[in-house]
Amino acid sequence: MSTRTQYEADLAALKGSLAKMSQLSADAVEDALEALCTADAEEAKGIIKGDTEVNRMERDIEHRCMTLLLRQQPVASDLRFISAAMKVVTDVERIGDHAADIAEIVPHLAGVRKAGDSAVSRSIEMGRKAHKMLQDAMSAFEAEDEAAAKAVIDADDAVDYDFNTIKRMLAAEIAADPGKVDAALDVLMVIKYLERIGDHAVNIAEWVEFLRTGRYHHEKMF
Amino acid sequence: MPVISAKNLNLWYGDFKALKGISLDVGEQEITALIGPSGCGKSTFLKTLNRMNDLVPNVRIEGDVRLRGEDIFSKEMQLTDLRRRVGMVFQKANPFPMSIYDNITYGPKLHGVRNKAELDELVESSLRGAALWDEVKDRLKKSALGLSGGQQQRLCIARALAVKPEVLLMDEPTSALDPGSTMKVEELMSELKKNYTVVIVTHNMQQAARISDRTAFFLLGELVECGPTSEIFSTPKDKRTEDYISGRFG
Repeated sequence: MSTRTQYEADLAALKGSLAKMSQLSADAVEDALEALCTADAEEAKGIIKGDTEVNRMERDIEHRCMTLLLRQQPVASDLRFISAAMKVVTDVERIGDHAADIAEIVPHLAGVRKAGDSAVSRSIEMGRKAHKMLQDAMSAFEAEDEAAAKAVIDADDAVDYDFNTIKRMLAAEIAADPGKVDAALDVLMVIKYLERIGDHAVNIAEWVEFLRTGRYHHEKMF
Repeated sequence: MPVISAKNLNLWYGDFKALKGISLDVGEQEITALIGPSGCGKSTFLKTLNRMNDLVPNVRIEGDVRLRGEDIFSKEMQLTDLRRRVGMVFQKANPFPMSIYDNITYGPKLHGVRNKAELDELVESSLRGAALWDEVKDRLKKSALGLSGGQQQRLCIARALAVKPEVLLMDEPTSALDPGSTMKVEELMSELKKNYTVVIVTHNMQQAARISDRTAFFLLGELVECGPTSEIFSTPKDKRTEDYISGRFG
């Protein structure tokens, strides 16, 4: 049994906070996709407001990490977890930002695109893939599961493929009718944010190797 | 070739087996830290390296320890020569109750150095080597007992250096020192390893992480794990090592 009760409690609290913040960001992405689907401006407002809590949690987690480093001099797996937490918390925060960015576009997009619009539907499909990547990355991080992390990294190709496909679709729309440029740019912004969410999920998954081995991208970090 | 190589070393104090099949190499100009909870055998192992354990009643040793390939237990190995080549610094500074100068020259005189100029030179180089010269050069004839605890410990290091050892064994050399003196001794160790091989026993995990090149973790008389310090403290292979260095037991 461990003799460091407070230390164990602080570490558990850090893990709990990171899991909660990650879930908040993932929920924000899901809600943003839902708002995009239903063109719900009210829901979109709620997502933007909710990002404040994600930002607050980022600062709280950073504070917890710094305090643990300062007061407890963690080593081995504890040091690896705390270092990785300080890195992934930035990705998780950016994911929350991108959910809010998408939510900001929703009201305007609703005015320039019809319900069931093909580009929007394809974007939502792409977003579901990015959201799944995010959920899987968080699970892999929590379970320190390198195989699951690798699956997340591999899954990014599909999201990138969708991004390029939809981008070409939007370029064709503009070419056919330059008057639709405004509507096309809205969707282009949305898919860029979704593509970035996929990249942040990859970043999170990439730290799983470090959690397990102390290596990052196969290179020793110590 | 390692400076010191222990192979399957076993040691008993009477019926109690204090070291169980220890095999460990100590590399040239490296600092090797021996860590582990009290009673794990790390100090026993350290003291075996210059046969300090020979003085303990009822001690029995099996196995092989070599200093640059020479069997330290062989009849050909002179004990005084072994202890000159493998010096020791203890937990509590133990200067002799004599002057600073005489503390340093005691060992060299024992080994036959009589020339005054040579002794003066040894005193200066040893005190410089122990980062103490500037602090004591004007009071070499004063009693060593008048020095602070940190200075006394550095004097003991200087005394060990005066006989030109190859290896320095240090048994918790800073455990009785304040943080400032501890830092001076740690800085000194980093300097010493340019010319000497150092083996240190420490209970201070941060100290082992700061100063050593390799770390060996002992538990219940066994060597659980030995490797580069950066690996032992970031990615130890054995869960017992991880639990100990992270303070979860011991």
